[in-house]
Amino acid sequence: MDALVDRLDRIRGTVAPRNHNARTIAALTNNPGCGRRGLMDAAGVNKGAVAGQLGFPAAFGQSRFAIARGNAFEAQVKADGAAELLQLLRERLGLAIPEVAYDDLSNVGGNASREVRYARTRSLLARAAAEREDAGTLFDHPMLRLDIAGYYAYLEPDLIAFRAGGRFHVVEIKSFAVIDGQADPGKAAAAAKQSAVYVLAMRELLGELGYPPESVSHNVVLVCPENFANRPIATLVDVRKQLTVLQRQLSRLTRLDKILDALPAGLSFDLAYDADQNATRHPDELRKAVSAIDARYNPDCLGSCEMAFFCRDESAGSTSALGRSIRDDLGGVESVSTVLGLARGTLPPGAGQEEIAGLLRLAHRLRTECLQEAGAA
Amino acid sequence: MSILTALARAEAVESGRAQPLTTVRHTHIAEKPLVLVPLALAGEAAAPLAAMVGTGRDAGRLLVVANPRDRTQRFQFVAQLARVVLAYVDGCSRTVDTGQTSKLRYAEAPQVLVPNRGGIEFIRLLGRSTRFRRPYGPHPVHRTVPLLGQWLTFLRERSDHPGSGMLLALTEVLGEHWATGQSGLEDANLAALLGWIDPPAGLDGAAAAEIAEDPLRWPPAGPSTDPTFDNEVLAPALAAYARAADEQAKSRAEAALSAAVAEQVEPTWGLMWRAVDLLRARRAGASVEARWAVDRDVFTMYHMSLAEGTALPQPRRDSAVAAAGRLDRLEREQARYEAQRALDDPLIMAEFRLSGEAFTGTVVSASPNRVDTSGKKAALRPHITVQTDDPVRLEPGALLVSPTRLAQQAMVVSVSSVDVVLELSKGMGRSTKQPAPGSVPEVGEVVTYGPVSDAYQPPGRFPAREETPWTHGGPPPDYQPTDSDAAEDWS
Repeated sequence: MDALVDRLDRIRGTVAPRNHNARTIAALTNNPGCGRRGLMDAAGVNKGAVAGQLGFPAAFGQSRFAIARGNAFEAQVKADGAAELLQLLRERLGLAIPEVAYDDLSNVGGNASREVRYARTRSLLARAAAEREDAGTLFDHPMLRLDIAGYYAYLEPDLIAFRAGGRFHVVEIKSFAVIDGQADPGKAAAAAKQSAVYVLAMRELLGELGYPPESVSHNVVLVCPENFANRPIATLVDVRKQLTVLQRQLSRLTRLDKILDALPAGLSFDLAYDADQNATRHPDELRKAVSAIDARYNPDCLGSCEMAFFCRDESAGSTSALGRSIRDDLGGVESVSTVLGLARGTLPPGAGQEEIAGLLRLAHRLRTECLQEAGAA
Repeated sequence: MSILTALARAEAVESGRAQPLTTVRHTHIAEKPLVLVPLALAGEAAAPLAAMVGTGRDAGRLLVVANPRDRTQRFQFVAQLARVVLAYVDGCSRTVDTGQTSKLRYAEAPQVLVPNRGGIEFIRLLGRSTRFRRPYGPHPVHRTVPLLGQWLTFLRERSDHPGSGMLLALTEVLGEHWATGQSGLEDANLAALLGWIDPPAGLDGAAAAEIAEDPLRWPPAGPSTDPTFDNEVLAPALAAYARAADEQAKSRAEAALSAAVAEQVEPTWGLMWRAVDLLRARRAGASVEARWAVDRDVFTMYHMSLAEGTALPQPRRDSAVAAAGRLDRLEREQARYEAQRALDDPLIMAEFRLSGEAFTGTVVSASPNRVDTSGKKAALRPHITVQTDDPVRLEPGALLVSPTRLAQQAMVVSVSSVDVVLELSKGMGRSTKQPAPGSVPEVGEVVTYGPVSDAYQPPGRFPAREETPWTHGGPPPDYQPTDSDAAEDWS
């Protein structure tokens, strides 16, 4: 394990590792086969900085209005020892929660290192789990960790965990609106995925302590503003499906040691910051290092990975750059020039390509025919 | 998506230009569409920040909310927008279609064009947050506000109907007509999409699209704004307005804000009209007019029912029965729309030919005088045999129609690996022995047969509202808009 950590530290270079968050882990499951992303995330590399140095700065800004709104809503729900949240949990969800204490775990005696905070979360949750009665404590900002491809990723969720009816529940506060009982499907799906990551991480933690997975409920409490107002509304979201997907994808993640074995020994993404915090690593050299690991680009990456613009450039001319469904329609043929060669009959089909080549030739014939007719008319 | 469009995308990658997916235009483009480019404040459910709206390239009006979180200002903005939209809608009801004798139909209908899916969603939310307001009671608004909400909700509902042209996202319309060398996800960026379809001189599509992705050169087409713009331009401008102490300072700050917002909207405004021009330049398909007539009928009915006060309420959510009926209608409209497009456009027909639902071939034998005597009355039922290379997957008994003989019905008699035998009926004149000249395809003629577009499809049968089964929640309560709806917070 230590050898692995050393190796990853070398790959990252001299800067401190970046934390995983539920969003990055959820995104990881979008594209579990991508070794480049898996390795960079495991090593805690600042992908945004690397992409910037390569000349492909990621456009992942967040509007300060959105941030302010999110923070304001969260603060409102958590104000006065989470009074509003408690009312929601008791009245809307009918959960019997006894007298409540509120425990913020974001800072442990001034020491905020990830390991210390994790240990503290673990001991507090262990104590709560050992009690026969529900302890009645809201744990805010617990530190969790998850085994990602053989390497621990620490999670710093913006969430509250509490125990009711003998089970822990996860509360996720989001500032997108639920209008007439319906939220933006994309945002709701992302929230469910992220919550699933937290549930999984909590289950791992309690599992290590000898508790069964059911001790963390698969029903997540999602708190959002209702309609166009600022009043919060709580919804129970069943994340069993997301959990299954997540577990499956995590188990499928290319094992890091396997990727590492194939890499040159001195590989590093160190940006070589000088005293003024300017990156001095030469882009060409960095590009060579990054290209040493295979990526698996598809357009969905643009919304979730800082390296996406670099990878997109790299994969120009491939069918996967056009989207997964297009690639599937083209029978999985990898490059655009092969597709066109097969369609025009200038390229003999390889083994296993006979069927798709026949379809492509027919499609090509139909297109040419119709466009010629239309041009003549 | 099919292998045909996928191939077109591959061709676009190679040629560096978008490739046509159709040979004609399948969407009606009104003479005077209302182009609307909305911007919303990030992080809020539906807080309008600005909108550029108008029926001509040079007639765009920019509406800006100086304090998007202020309820009064927000409703002022909505009232301003309502004035423009309602004047446009009423303008469409001024003239009556004289070719229509049986029932009244307006000669025009509103056509609202927004840049993308987000624009349609914005219209939905704006409609939802305004249609329940009342001009009286504890939180009165201008009387046009709920009316705008009703129209926006109506338009939003129409946009779900396949083939309707009353509310369109231009990225989607363009995407139906051209295949670019990028992914569908990237096509949602209007500037990038137009970069592929109509790149500036000296650039190929990929290069033009890359430039279009730079928010500094091509600000996003809304409703979300560029986060950098939010942080570096908009936030200070809004703060300056909030700080302004006197009227003079206020109007100065407002002008500065308007100018900043205009810079974000105007590029998209230009793109919208360029897209309209590109679409107009293509010849309209034969059935476009008929679909627009359906839109005009629906518009006429809704406009009159609003005037008479008999318009149906627009509840927050459909009841189970209403939702099922609506879905059933949409499905039938979808099938009809696809068949109509195929008959109008050989390139769409090619999709059906690829899947074996249609075919093109040469008539190798014909018995034009064949008479079927098995029924009560002898009937003219010619047979033709069509030789084709297409991979036909049709069952005997399937009904088909040819784009060149729309009045004639063809039934598949038999299919072999090389030819198809069809039995023809209708569209052959009055004689029961001799078909009218040219009405039956002759030997040697190249013919195409594809799915029937106006075949009667029986509507699904659903229980009455009062008989909604318990599985679907039982009979829903009658919807009555209440004052509490009108008083709903909008913060």
